[in-house]
Amino acid sequence: MIKKLTLSALSALMLTAGAAAANEDIEIEDVAFSFEGPFGVYDKAQLQRGLQVYTEVCSACHGLKYVPLRTLEDLGYSEKEVRAYASQFEIYDPELDDTRPRRPTDHFPMSSLANAPDLSLMAKARAGFKGPYGTGINQLFKGIGGPEHIVAILTGFTGKEKEQAGSTLYENRAFPSGYMAMTPPLSGEDVEFADGSPNDLKSEAEDVAAFLMWAAEPKMMVRKKFGFLAVFMLTVLSVLLYLTNKRLWRPVKHPTQS
Amino acid sequence: MSGIPHDTYEPKSGFEKWLDERLPIVGLIYDTIMIPTPKNLNWWWIWGIVLAFALVLQIVTGVVLAMHYTPNVDLAMKSVEHIMRDVNGGAVLRYTHANGASLFFFAVYVHIFRGLFYGSYKAPREVTWIIGMLIYLVMMGTGFMGYVLPWGQMSFWGATVITGLFGAIPFIGDSIQTWLLGGPAVDNATLNRFFSLHYLLPFIIAALVIVHIWAFHTTGNNNPTGVEVRRGSKEEAQRDTLPFWPYFVIKDLFALAVILVIFFAIVGFMPNYLGAPENYIEANPLATPAEIVPEWYFLPFYAILRSFTSDVWVVEFAHWITGGIIDAKFFGVLAMFGAIIVMALVPWLDTSRIRSGRYRPMFRWWFYLLVIDFIVLMWCGARPAQPPYSTISLIGATYWFAYFLVILPLLGIFEKPAKMPATIEEDFLNHYPSAKTPAE
Repeated sequence: MIKKLTLSALSALMLTAGAAAANEDIEIEDVAFSFEGPFGVYDKAQLQRGLQVYTEVCSACHGLKYVPLRTLEDLGYSEKEVRAYASQFEIYDPELDDTRPRRPTDHFPMSSLANAPDLSLMAKARAGFKGPYGTGINQLFKGIGGPEHIVAILTGFTGKEKEQAGSTLYENRAFPSGYMAMTPPLSGEDVEFADGSPNDLKSEAEDVAAFLMWAAEPKMMVRKKFGFLAVFMLTVLSVLLYLTNKRLWRPVKHPTQS
Repeated sequence: MSGIPHDTYEPKSGFEKWLDERLPIVGLIYDTIMIPTPKNLNWWWIWGIVLAFALVLQIVTGVVLAMHYTPNVDLAMKSVEHIMRDVNGGAVLRYTHANGASLFFFAVYVHIFRGLFYGSYKAPREVTWIIGMLIYLVMMGTGFMGYVLPWGQMSFWGATVITGLFGAIPFIGDSIQTWLLGGPAVDNATLNRFFSLHYLLPFIIAALVIVHIWAFHTTGNNNPTGVEVRRGSKEEAQRDTLPFWPYFVIKDLFALAVILVIFFAIVGFMPNYLGAPENYIEANPLATPAEIVPEWYFLPFYAILRSFTSDVWVVEFAHWITGGIIDAKFFGVLAMFGAIIVMALVPWLDTSRIRSGRYRPMFRWWFYLLVIDFIVLMWCGARPAQPPYSTISLIGATYWFAYFLVILPLLGIFEKPAKMPATIEEDFLNHYPSAKTPAE
């Protein structure tokens, strides 16, 4: 417990220190993700590749505690595949008083490393774009930039290191304080994709960022569909009400012409 | 109910007569929706309906969300994610509710500035104005407490900063803060009481809204000319007015539908645009976020709060004259609440006999500057408290107070009003010359 507290206190300190030096000029590159814009949808093949990167690399330290494993069916997997995937993670079951393989009804595990943040909502928890002058107006055109921020972090390591309070920090162009505790997780060709998609650093980073966007916002398509339906119906209603209003007022505004 | 002469409800059938003798509810509804309304109302008068809609929207979505939400520090964000992932339509419901707050505040600000420009606060509508300001205050409390419920980083630190304002009150501040929080710091007790109050306050708002409507149905609506409806006879009143139903109901509903197109486009396509990304990080009492930024609708007053730092001479003076009781923090708190209080007192601060800004050639420019000031303060509130933003905030805050405390009282003395139409009918006919019937 004490160790945990010390760790979180330390990470808190680092976060604050980072914040103090927060540099707004960090350029986050805009990535043309398939799910952007009102018409955008998730690319299931990309999400599957992203899941693979997460499973083989990120999950060593980072959890996805809010994501139920059963929702992986959204990515195009069958129930059987999801069951098989889930069983690779163990969970403590108080009824058995023992661990057992996870089932689709369980969630992904939590972070195994105390100061590795959970990634369930990471794609919504950072704004990649803030300008101009902190108004956030460019988010209207580029999106908030959460997944772009993830790509920027994963591809932003410069290779420089420094020692601080007994731990090694790694320089990263996209990290607010410049140095972060995470070792560069991807270097390119870390995973082998079954579909033969490119596995250079940038492609891997984009795939896992897309997957994390899905993890953070699994209902994005439902939401956009609702948006279209609501906008369409209300536009029709607006036109009808406009005509009704015009007709209603005509005898008042133009009595001689009606 | 209204002072303007108009048709009243006559019970016709036997049942209507029977009911009317026991409970005149049909008559009450009739009088309410048939209220004679100035026929020259422009599009700035549609925001009342938007506000009524927003209140109902928030209560309906909120009641359903409360069925799935758990007010506990360990479970709050988990239950919110349960709503977002497992509850049927939960994501849309939550995004509607979260953005519904923005719709509500956007509408209330337009509504307030409408009132400020057209002098809707002036006699005899002071009570309507004061009730409106009370609604606005309760809305702020409700919105703030609602934002705490997901128990993200901004929830937690926002709650810490805002309740800390009460802690700035000399002598008794600490006790008040502890009492508000239910403990020495923001914790489970705080979350529980905020949830309870967040559920309660909207119904208080609903009650206040009824009083607000009652008040202006007694005085009659203001209108863009500020000229009162003629009340000599029913015929005379009818030349200035039209019944609320159907003329204004349909007009307002049309406007509401257009606004909702934009609103649901935001909910559907960019629901997180208006929120702070940091609130998707679970609350962590050990990690202070880089910038604690409130929701956009609090930013102007947050900027005023932060603008009075200890090196500002008024603050130094207040500190000296009160023997140190008023420090910079308490001064900031006083300024923030003061900014709303001067707005509430505007019926007595504005000395001009002319109601509408349309006929006040000097006033209008000061008013436009106030709107710009409000937007600039909003921008400053979202920026770090350092130069040049702190300087701009200070200028903005000074103008806010100067407008209400100096400019409005003086303008009434120095300003020469422009020529006004004698009646609402005249104004209406100026707009629609073809409305003149040859018979007259």
